[in-house]
Amino acid sequence: MRAYDFPLFPEQASTMAPQVDYLYFFLIAVSLFFCLIIAGTLIGFSIKFRRTPTNRIGHRIHGSTLLEVAWSIIPFGITMVIFFWGAWLFFAQARPPDNAHEVFVVGKQWMWKLQHMEGRREINELHVPVGQSVRLTMTSEDVIHSFYVPAFRTKFDVLPGRYTTAWFNATKPGEYHLFCAEYCGTQHAGMIGKVVVMEPAAFQNWLSEPPPIVSMVENVAAPSSGGAPLSPVAAGEALFTQKACLTCHQPQGGALGPSLVNVYGSTVKLADGSTVTADDAYIRESILNSASKIVAGFQPVMPTFQGQLTEEQVMQLIQYIKSLKTTPPAGQAQNPPAAADSAS
Amino acid sequence: MSLEQTTPYVAHHFDDAEQQHDASSLGMWVFLVTEVMFFGGLFTTYVVYRTAYPEAFHGASHELNVTIGFFNTLVLLTSSLTMALSVHAAQVSKRGMLVVNLFLTMVLGNVFLGVKAYEYWHKWHEHLIPGPHFVYHGADPVHAQLFFSLYFAMTGLHALHMIVGEVLLGILLLRAAQGMFNKYYYTPVEMSGLYWHFVDLVWIFLFPLLYLIGRH
Amino acid sequence: MAAPAIDTTLAPRSEAPVKPRKTYLNADYSVSSWLLTVDHKRIAILYLVSILVFFFLGGLFAAGVRLELLTPKGDLLQADTYNKFFTMHGIIMVFFFLVPSIPATLGNFLVPMMIGARDLAFPRVNLLSWYIFILGGAFTLVAVVGGGVDTGWTFYTPYSTTYSTSNVMPAAIGIFITGFSSILTGLNFIVTIHRMRAPGLTWFRLPLFIWAHYATSLIFVLGTPVIAITIFLVGLERGLHIGIFDPALGGDPVLFQHLFWFYSHPAVYIMILPGMGVVSEIITCFARKPIFGYSFIALSSVAIAVLGFVVWGHHLFTSSQSVYAALIFSVLSYVVAIPSAVKVFNWIATLYRGAISFEAPMLYALGFIGLFTIGGLTGLFVAAVGFDLHVHDTYFVVAHFHYIMVGGAVLAFLGGLHFWWPKMFGRMYPEAWAKVAAIIVFIGFNLTFFPQFILGYLGMPRRYHAYPDEFQVLNVLSTAGASILAVGYLMPFCYLLWSLKYGALAPANPWQASGLEWLTPSPPPTENFAETPIVTEDPYHYGTDDDAEAVHVA
Repeated sequence: MRAYDFPLFPEQASTMAPQVDYLYFFLIAVSLFFCLIIAGTLIGFSIKFRRTPTNRIGHRIHGSTLLEVAWSIIPFGITMVIFFWGAWLFFAQARPPDNAHEVFVVGKQWMWKLQHMEGRREINELHVPVGQSVRLTMTSEDVIHSFYVPAFRTKFDVLPGRYTTAWFNATKPGEYHLFCAEYCGTQHAGMIGKVVVMEPAAFQNWLSEPPPIVSMVENVAAPSSGGAPLSPVAAGEALFTQKACLTCHQPQGGALGPSLVNVYGSTVKLADGSTVTADDAYIRESILNSASKIVAGFQPVMPTFQGQLTEEQVMQLIQYIKSLKTTPPAGQAQNPPAAADSAS
Repeated sequence: MSLEQTTPYVAHHFDDAEQQHDASSLGMWVFLVTEVMFFGGLFTTYVVYRTAYPEAFHGASHELNVTIGFFNTLVLLTSSLTMALSVHAAQVSKRGMLVVNLFLTMVLGNVFLGVKAYEYWHKWHEHLIPGPHFVYHGADPVHAQLFFSLYFAMTGLHALHMIVGEVLLGILLLRAAQGMFNKYYYTPVEMSGLYWHFVDLVWIFLFPLLYLIGRH
Repeated sequence: MAAPAIDTTLAPRSEAPVKPRKTYLNADYSVSSWLLTVDHKRIAILYLVSILVFFFLGGLFAAGVRLELLTPKGDLLQADTYNKFFTMHGIIMVFFFLVPSIPATLGNFLVPMMIGARDLAFPRVNLLSWYIFILGGAFTLVAVVGGGVDTGWTFYTPYSTTYSTSNVMPAAIGIFITGFSSILTGLNFIVTIHRMRAPGLTWFRLPLFIWAHYATSLIFVLGTPVIAITIFLVGLERGLHIGIFDPALGGDPVLFQHLFWFYSHPAVYIMILPGMGVVSEIITCFARKPIFGYSFIALSSVAIAVLGFVVWGHHLFTSSQSVYAALIFSVLSYVVAIPSAVKVFNWIATLYRGAISFEAPMLYALGFIGLFTIGGLTGLFVAAVGFDLHVHDTYFVVAHFHYIMVGGAVLAFLGGLHFWWPKMFGRMYPEAWAKVAAIIVFIGFNLTFFPQFILGYLGMPRRYHAYPDEFQVLNVLSTAGASILAVGYLMPFCYLLWSLKYGALAPANPWQASGLEWLTPSPPPTENFAETPIVTEDPYHYGTDDDAEAVHVA
């Protein structure tokens, strides 16, 4: 209990935090400036021009166009400075760097489920290395949540039915609050956790050590890995086999469905003549609601998987499909190169 | 609005009949603006989803019967004509013509509602009412259901406006039969006419948006 | 007397209400004469009583919220109860107090009187709007009594349509119905201001109170139908389980947010614009000066009403709208800040070389300027997209909008209520008590809400009944401030009631104010004006020799 330890300013623990704080200080300075002008003149005039036996009537002053223009243009100029500053910060926060450590986040009433690209899972806790960008791909199983770490000055809504991303680069080892910021029902205030920022070496150790318990995991048939958590790619691959996706989506094409090799990030031509970029959202929609966008040259025969896959499993499938490249990454033994064009 | 003002006299707070008529007229137009915004929210929702799921909307639209929809459009346009004739009859103090045209407008409105009810019954029969019992065999049933949600919300609200219009027409008909309207006092007929035309206009937008998409 | 020249026989200056005179209050004492009245003044009183009931109900819920937040643990209220408390606080205060507060009470009473009309254009529609308001309120009270609602006043989907198990339907129906009372009030004001102005009362001779209500009415008729249809769709999805917004049924929950804020952001201007009108009237009167920059203040009201419709997306900076949409909404939000700033500067300039006195209405008006300034400046903070990602949905935002809605709208309502109290009821309120109450409200308000800015930047999310220990001190400060604020609210309630029976009799124009409403006796007769006044001069005819005489006599 640290009831008397009350801070007035949040910790700065990410590369973004000082940037946002500089804008905050600038905004406070602007506000103080205007408050002093307005309060100063208001109080000054109230004293100087108060009603007295000798000052009983006001002067008939009707206005001044010059003043009106001045006090419209000057504040507008100042607000534009704020706008561009805020927009610049927003761009920085909207674009995650390429080489980021990937974490998948699923929000549900009322907990955070997180999984690292390497496989390690966590609940209501997120371990990250100091000095490395971390990119979050987030979705929700039920209502809207919002992933908020005040010390990183970062927040983004976590929505059901779509993916959102956020990123940060922690600069200081320690433990920080993780909040759900979007009201999500009864235990909204309990949907909290912590972000643990570790030194890179310690983080690598942590990442590879076996987790204390395996819970909350909709584990697919785990092949041979002897209890160690599956990476999302490996889990997705197992799912791909288990759900018999492979029957139609054969790597070399020629089956009922298009080959998925090299499909991620490519431009897909649809039956109605339009094209779409095969990103997370497209693949997610194609799995859950396959009929909504039919690839040119194929029939809408795929069953929908709505309600049969958890959000985590959909994410795993997407990561697996993402990994299907003509030059298979290490660990992807199978999948010989195939004619990727058959998909498009 | 001022529909209950049955007397040709000027209400106490108006200076003269002209001010009273101007106020009623402006009031009705402002009311129609609120109606435009009301339906505007629905149309926006429709446009957003149709843009997102064009295939599903095209497919689902084909479940609607264009012939019936077209027939109803004709019925409603004709009722607009008889409504306009009613207003004219009131303005030239022709009681008989006024009563006949109001009656015709009511009948046409009821025909429209009857046909609409038949269409709804048909959709119910085909399990196309959104909800747990929705059955759809075309592509993308999830978003086809969205189309039907909007179809029923939009045509249902439109039908509700038609029913309100029928009640207004009924009141007008009774009062017209009693000879309450003449060239000095016809504001209620005129205002109800504006309302009726607006409701027709909404249908003129609904018909192509719901029935005709994806047909060439 | 500083009024436009009119036929002076209708309001002899020497009139003192010594013997019973026919007024709108004593015209008839029967209950039905109140419940079936079409007199805009009586309808204003009906509204006043109703919204005050809702204000105190909403205040009780606020008290529960603040008491719970005294300690970091969820001890006084369970999570579920707390969620219902802040939801009911928000719904009642927004839809049943703030939106109708000034327009339906002071506006209903004063709009016809200020333009020299005998009533609003559609008196029966006006009465209908009150009954609709009461019906909507009844549904909402059913939701409260039946166990409450826990969605937040924002009804975000899919929580409100699919997941919440509380009384969402009656509350939604209540808000849907009440919307139509706003629409009818706005429609009535627009037609009245267009068609019923006294001879000679041109648009640029209208009091700024009228301009503000005209702008507000525009938002009423353009915005309210959209929230009505949105709530209707929420009801459809929740009641019939058909897909509109729930992604599990193919819908898009963010579309709801767009539709919701298309109304609910302009609704903030519904709350603040009438307050700006009140403040313009009060400041000119107590500074004995014409308003500085009349046409700029008048047109800025319309500009705010129009621009207010294109900034809703700044509530969705974290909701995954496109980056460019966010930037456009951000820049437009800065544009809409300018007309508000212009008003503040003009009010300050109006004080310059005035002859200022500090009766209670003036204290409220000056307090309004200060608090609205802080509310507006912090609006610049949250409109910066990159900054908002940090403070969105934290107490920073809570503090910001309370500075606008309470520091702005409620202070203006109280100021206006004191200013026109003598006109409405023919009795003076006790000045000393009123001044003390105004100061207590100002201090209590700042103590309540200023700490919340700091809390918000620290990262405390809103709608949390339990919070980390380090936030406690600021929360205790805030709750302490709220208890002071409560005293400040209860005092006017008591002494204003007291003044109805024991207050000094009010003359026709106790403040020597300009404006047609002051030409009638206090309280006015049912027909307002025995003869329609003819206006020959601009408003705010202060600062003349005539005015000097009037002040001297006072």
